[in-house]
This record gives sequence, structure tokens and C-alpha cells, in this order.
Amino acid sequence: MLKLEKFEIRQTDFALSADMVLEPRTKYAVIGPSGAGKSTLLNAICGFISLSGGRLLWQGSDITQADPADRPMTMLFQDNNLFPHLSVQQNVGLGLRPDLRLQRDEKDRVAQALARVGLQDHADKRPGALSGGQQSRAALARVLVQARPLVLLDEPFAALGPALRNEMLDLVQSLIEETGAALMMVTHAPQDVRRIADQVIFVEGGRAHAPQPAAALMDNPPPELRAYLG
Amino acid sequence: MARRVVAISPRGGIAAAALVLLLILAALGAVMSRAEVGAGLSPSDWAALRFTVVQAVLSAVISTICAVPVARALARRRFFGRGVLVTLLGAPFILPVIVAVIGLLTVFGRAGWFNLALGAVGLPPVSIYGLHGVVLAHVFFNLPLATRLLLQGWQTLPSERFRLAAQLRLTPFAAFRAIEWPMLRQVLPGVAALIFVICLTSFAVALTLGGGPRATTVELAIYQAFQFDFDLGRAARLSLAQLVLAGGAALIALWVIPPVSLGSGLDRPVQRWERGGTARALDTICITLAAGFLLLPLSAILWRGTWGLAAVPPVVWKAAGQSIFVGCISVVVLGVLALPMAGWIASSRRGGVEAIGLLGLSASPLMIGTGWFILIHPVAAPATLALPVTALVNALMALPFALRIMVPRLRDTVQDYGRLSATLGLRGWPLWRWVLLPRVRAQAGFAAGLTAALSMGDLGVIALFADQDRVTLPLQMYRLMGAYQMEAAAGAALILLTLALGAFWICDKGGRWHAEA
Repeated sequence: MLKLEKFEIRQTDFALSADMVLEPRTKYAVIGPSGAGKSTLLNAICGFISLSGGRLLWQGSDITQADPADRPMTMLFQDNNLFPHLSVQQNVGLGLRPDLRLQRDEKDRVAQALARVGLQDHADKRPGALSGGQQSRAALARVLVQARPLVLLDEPFAALGPALRNEMLDLVQSLIEETGAALMMVTHAPQDVRRIADQVIFVEGGRAHAPQPAAALMDNPPPELRAYLG
Repeated sequence: MARRVVAISPRGGIAAAALVLLLILAALGAVMSRAEVGAGLSPSDWAALRFTVVQAVLSAVISTICAVPVARALARRRFFGRGVLVTLLGAPFILPVIVAVIGLLTVFGRAGWFNLALGAVGLPPVSIYGLHGVVLAHVFFNLPLATRLLLQGWQTLPSERFRLAAQLRLTPFAAFRAIEWPMLRQVLPGVAALIFVICLTSFAVALTLGGGPRATTVELAIYQAFQFDFDLGRAARLSLAQLVLAGGAALIALWVIPPVSLGSGLDRPVQRWERGGTARALDTICITLAAGFLLLPLSAILWRGTWGLAAVPPVVWKAAGQSIFVGCISVVVLGVLALPMAGWIASSRRGGVEAIGLLGLSASPLMIGTGWFILIHPVAAPATLALPVTALVNALMALPFALRIMVPRLRDTVQDYGRLSATLGLRGWPLWRWVLLPRVRAQAGFAAGLTAALSMGDLGVIALFADQDRVTLPLQMYRLMGAYQMEAAAGAALILLTLALGAFWICDKGGRWHAEA
């Protein structure tokens, strides 16, 4: 489990605090107004933004200062999730070995992951030759081979149409069920919350509120959340 | 505070920068040890300083002023061949100086085309040697550069402003004052400063078209102190004077020099709504004159060179081989120095590191050459190291340009793919192998091409170190010219031009080949 202990982020004109525990195999939706700090929260958990206070604990050990690559998580960004100059296969392979010197069994795992997301025929193509949905699938194949205990999504499917986005969310859902990972995803859409989230983290007014059960919260939102949902 | 996103290790960059500093400072130290500061500068040294500044000011002012109408005309006219002309404006940058001099001599020389034309209408001939020859050659090199930089400035003007001017029915002059003059006021000083700095360290032009007590630059005076008197103390004193002059000017210019973007995007004329046949006629005249000034010497090289090829002696081919060797070494040295430095600069927040690269620009090649000559002289015959030292100094000279070309692309790469690389644990060699090198390949190829062309065509340090055997093609050409074998020199010029352009083309194409997205 991941513990955010008196977590504090401070930037010019911006502050965010959080104090919560994230359980394994649980799906968290992060919602809140634009500029409230949803992406910042994810970036700080991932190690791209230094904390000004507090600690981040994984299974009880302090990972506040750990390198992004050494944390038990992987993140999909809003864009640039694939290197455009590498083939789909190489992009996925980087999830296993940064030097891409893949052993036979590692190559098999890459092929399996590509088959799982339906890209077995596109392994040698560059991302530019794929459609938006296929690019998302390729990024998810990498998440699959990385097999980290926590997957963070910072709206990677925002540019896709509604049907395609739902398709991707369903794929994400089944993939993390297969790997047994926890999920933390930023979203603006209440229907996404209902679609997959178990718990909701509401970010607003400089605070990331502790997770609350999704269904109950959405049925009976507190005033601030009601104001945001409209 | 966001932490450093990507793990480009600064160690390689710091080591490379330290090496660059060491190479330059060692030369400086050697120069100072021999300078005997008390001796001071002689009247002829002061004359050289004065001439250096005067010719640089004249070259900068004339190039910049002439570039304004040309750039303006190019910015607002569409015509057949416009794209080719804009591309050709980049050619003088990689054109070896001595090759251009042959072209200019053919057109403007004693028995050149220009004087033939003057003679035909009964006017006395003009001489290309002396101050005006030096300035003419500098304008030939820098007018196209200034035009390209100004064209960039024009391209930054949003087309909405011209639409607005058309709607308000501003007169052409009012439109110029409202839209174009503010842009020019920002860009012109930087362009002039850049050309001024470039012309301060001019050697090959002064060597071939200047000379004599009244047309000697400091660089040329250093060379003469070596060649004629072997007066290392005087060479060292002049080197110091040059360092103070060029270094000071470069540091000041650093704040005003515009970013040198050599990419495309200059091929699109802005649509404007101006009436008036006079403006159109003036633009046509400007473009024709500029194109003629650029193209005539270029075609003269091709024309004379083709006829001269038969007269080329075997030594020229040997020198060509040595030039290729020098060019290759320069490219390798540049790669080893520039890539880690560019990576370091791109991932560091402050841009101050780039100044180290610019040191190469401010320290004159002949000063560095003098310094290393003084260092090498006691232990080995400098001529034995002529080619490696030349290659090394040429790489240092190309370093600032290479950094300016590669750093923006690397900075974008860090911006776009830094987090992804970090989550994947890419660092060290795998980061370069799989992310940075593929992303910067086109720019690195361009920089390598530029370096190869500049290095092959350079006539500078080699003149200090060379003996009979270790000669590069530009120096061999100069020797042929000195021996009045103009046919052979023209043939050699064509070979050198082919080599320089070919090397540039191969590197540039290699960088783009199969590069996608």
C-alpha cells in the first residue's frame, strides 16, 4: 500500500496537501476543478515534483527521494507516451529493459502484451503510422509488461472520441485486473467515475481529500463537489 | 520546485566544457608567457587594430543596410525561383573563403568582368585590393546572412497586422513605420553586431585581398609576425590584443545576437495588400542586384574552375586528401565535445553554459594556433602536428554554431520525453542511444555538415603550422595564387567547393535519412 503522509507540494502561487492511504487492487478516480492540482498530485507521487514536506511510503519504506524509475508505479501522461522514432515493439520493450537488450523470454513477453492489446500485426510500425486508439493500446501494452503495482493515468485518452475512450477505459480495467495493480486516474467526466472507480479522491481548495467510496459520493455529493459537478 | 526531469548526466558535458576551456586557456597562457607586456604595441600593430575595427564596422553597416531592402522584397514578393534564391542565401556560410575570393577576383579583379564592362564604356578600372576589397568580400559573405536573419524577422510579423494596415488604408510609409520599423529596430542591432564580430577575426580575406601597411587585420599581422620575422613575442602581443578586442565585442554582442535558426519556414511569402508599381519595380531591382552580386562570383568559380581543372598539379590532389582527413577529424572532435555539452545545456535551467561554447568564437583561431605553436615548439616540430591541430581548432570554431543548432532540439526532447524516459529508467548511454541521439539526429547531421565544410575550407591555423608536405587544399590554393598560377588555383577552387558542399550534403542527408517524426 502507498501512504501519502502529510504530503505537501508548494510552488509559486500554488499549494497542495494530502494525507491518505492507497490500497492495492483498488481503482481511484481523481476529480476536481481545472488548476486544482490533479496532475500535480500524480506528478509528485511519481517523483517529477519534489515535496516541500511530508513523506511517501511504499509498504512502509520511505520512497520520497526515490528516482521515478525506482518507484513501484508507472504513469501515462496526457501525451508523449511513446517515442515517435522507435517501433511499437521497441517502445514496449523499453518497459522491460532501458537498454533494449531483450532476452528471448522478454521478447516473448513483449509479443504477448502486443497480442493482448490487439497490436500483434503492428509491432514493427512507428507510432506515427498508428491511429490514436492504437497508440493508446501500444502505451497500455508497455504498462502491461512493466507490471508495476500502481498505474497512474493523467488523462491519456483525452484526445480520443467518447466511444474510443470508453473502449480504452474498459481495456485498462481488464488489464489491471489481470496484473492485480491499483489504478489512480485523473478524469473530468462523472460517467468515467461511475464506470470504473471504486473510490474518489476529490482535489479542491489546495487539498486532496482522502478517498471516499465512489458510488455513495456521487449519489450524495458534499456542497463543494456538487458545485464542481454542476 | 520541480526537480530535474531527465537524467542526462552533466558529467560528460562538464568534462567536455572543461576540455574546451583547457585548450583555449592553455593557448592563452602560452601566449601571455611570451607576450612581454612591457614591450607594448608598435605603431604598425595599432594600425592593424584600427584597420580591423574600421573594416568590421564598414562590413557590418553596409551588409545590414543593404540587406533591409532585399529582405523586404523577398518577404513580400512571390516569383519563380524564390525558394532556390533563399536557399542559396545560405550558401556563402559554407563556402570556403578562398574559393569565394577566386570568384570575386574573376568578377571584380584587375582583368575581371566588372572592369571589362567599365572599360567598354570608357571608365577607368577599379582595384579590388585594399580596404574596399576586404569590405566587398565581407559584404559578399554577410549580406546573405543578414538577409536571412532579417527575413526571419519579417516572418515573425503576423499577417493580421498587414490585413489591419490594408483595412486602415495606411500609406506604404505609414505601414512601414507602424509594422516593420519596430521589428527592424529590434533585429538590426543584433544582426550588425554578429557580422561585426565575425569580421573582426577575418584572416583569409585580409590575407588575399588586403595586406600592406594600410590593409592588415590583427589576424593577418599575427601571421606575418610568424611567417616573416618569426617574432613569437610580437605574435603573442597581437594575439592578446585580438583576444581583448574580439572577446569583448563577442561578449557584448552575445546579448543582442539573434538566435541563428537555420531551419525552413522562410519559403512562405506573407500576403500583403499594397498597391503601387513603383514598389514592385524597386523590389525587382533589389532582388536582381542581390542575386547578381551573389550568383556572378559563384558562377565565375564554376566557369573558371572547369577550365582550370586540367591545369591542376598533383600536389592539389594530395592536399585535397589531407583536407578530407582534417574535415573528418573535426567532425569527430566536434561530436565528442558538442553532444555532451548540448545535453548538459539542454537539461540545465540556466543557459550560461552556452557561453563556454561561444568562447571559441571570441578567441581567434590564430591566437589559439599561436598559443599551441608556442607550447608545441619546444617539444616537437609544429609542422608534424599541423593537420591535427588545424582539425582541433576548426572543431572549436564550429562548436558555438553546433550548440546553437542542437540545444533547442534537445531542450524540446527533454521537455517532451523527459518524464517518459525517467519512468522507464533511461539514463546514461541507453538514454543517448534510444532517445537523445535519434531525436537530435537531423540537427547533429546539419551541425556535422557545417563543421566538415568549415573545417575543409578553412585557411587559418594551417598557415601557421604547415610545411611543404602538410598542406590543406585552401593553403595549397593560396600558394598557387601566390605563384600566379591562377588557372590551377581556379581548378583547385572548384575541387574545394565540391568537397565542402559534398561533405555538407552527405552529413546533412545522413542526418535526415529515414528520420521520421
